[in-house]
Amino acid sequence: MSKILPELKYTDSHEWVRDEGNGIVTIGISDHAQDLLGDLVHVDLPDVGAGFTAGDEIAVVESVKAASDVYAPIAGEVIEVNEELEDSPELVNTDPYNDGWLFKLKVEDEGELDSLLDAEGYEQALDDE
Amino acid sequence: MTLKTVLHAKHLEAGAKMVDFHGWEMPIRYGSQIEEHQVVREKAGMFDVSHMTVVDAKGAQAQAFLQKLLANDVAKLTVKGKALYSGMLNEQGGVIDDLIVYYFSETDYRLVVNSATREKDLAWLNKVAADFEVTLTERAELAMIAVQGPEAVSIVGGLLTAEQQQAVAGMKPFFGVQAGDLFIATTGYTGEAGYEILLANEQAPDFWQKLVDAGVVPCGLGARDTLRLEAGMNLYGQDMDENVSPLAANMGWTIAWQPEARDFVGRQALTEYKNNQTEKLVGLVMLDKGVLRAGSKIRCEAGEGIITSGTFSPTLGHSIAFARVPVATGDEVEVEMRKKWVTVKVVKPAFVRNGKSLLS
Repeated sequence: MSKILPELKYTDSHEWVRDEGNGIVTIGISDHAQDLLGDLVHVDLPDVGAGFTAGDEIAVVESVKAASDVYAPIAGEVIEVNEELEDSPELVNTDPYNDGWLFKLKVEDEGELDSLLDAEGYEQALDDE
Repeated sequence: MTLKTVLHAKHLEAGAKMVDFHGWEMPIRYGSQIEEHQVVREKAGMFDVSHMTVVDAKGAQAQAFLQKLLANDVAKLTVKGKALYSGMLNEQGGVIDDLIVYYFSETDYRLVVNSATREKDLAWLNKVAADFEVTLTERAELAMIAVQGPEAVSIVGGLLTAEQQQAVAGMKPFFGVQAGDLFIATTGYTGEAGYEILLANEQAPDFWQKLVDAGVVPCGLGARDTLRLEAGMNLYGQDMDENVSPLAANMGWTIAWQPEARDFVGRQALTEYKNNQTEKLVGLVMLDKGVLRAGSKIRCEAGEGIITSGTFSPTLGHSIAFARVPVATGDEVEVEMRKKWVTVKVVKPAFVRNGKSLLS
């Protein structure tokens, strides 16, 4: 069974969102997503300073098996990306919720966080797949 | 219907991720596919290939039958146990399947063909065999385990009886020998030393476990694919099929044109194609980020082509591929990747052998 952390928010396209406070969120892909992809070999991250709206293609994760788009869960500006992934994309496989984070956003409207799935909702979404 | 090999329970026990492979439920990976790949390049890994089809061909005209059936010539085989790789062609000169044939005598051969093509292969074998005094026997009671890697031979050696050790001692590549209850062959699909071992279905789970206990790491079809692609080995259905000439699939070396009098199936069409060859199979290397994928379009001055197999090479740390392109293709082509055209290098279609890069 893939791991789902109760304190995070999720999307049905398998991104997770951690509310860091002060309008900052960290975003990654779920344990389920990394398991589906298998070993990652490249991660294409957005430029710091770039702005996105919810649903935009914001990053690409590529495994031996397939390439997959990562979508911006909510609108915001990229303030930091996980540069470790340049040389160690496997961190997304080994630790998807911590060392394998992808990027941080300064969100436009914190209210948008409420529109995301909670852990229970995401688990339900996985069951329905 | 889902087919399962006798090692199916072993795979589940080891936590394998199972996938459907042409009707067989097979392990794609147990843990990390890249780690499984690397263990074969550096130590020893093993694959359940029991889904493959083994057919024995025996009879007074077994040799003549195979000389008709195959583009390569079994008359080259004169030493007991020696194996030959060949395409089996249709009358149009396309590839019905690729296979390995082992020679025991001119009246006794063993074929190992793909699982995905089992039914059409058996139908074709029987059709061609009808004109010859030969008996074909499918050996479904045999399982097959491929143990591959630089340490494979020594680890397997530790599990053999004294008689079996003697039977395989000094065996050169591409030979097979019946050693007690095991048929042991120095063949494989990884570019590493090792054995492919045929044994009775009921013995296989126990032998698999002994290999695990001796330190051989179970590897899935995912690693098998990246290993064979690095090694420059074709996959039937991807790099060639019934509509592709072996000449356009880097299999020219498997066609025995001499003697000219040997009238193998597809010879006429193949000769016509040879005199007017339009395509060839090349290797591609991309050092930039990203992974070349099967089906991607190629363009170059000489015309258009297609990637037939593509992956990330764990040994080289970048993407590699096979592509079928116009014969006049030069040193570079452009590949369509995620709606962009990217320039990549053209090389011979082989990348890694015995753990070492073949790229200059």
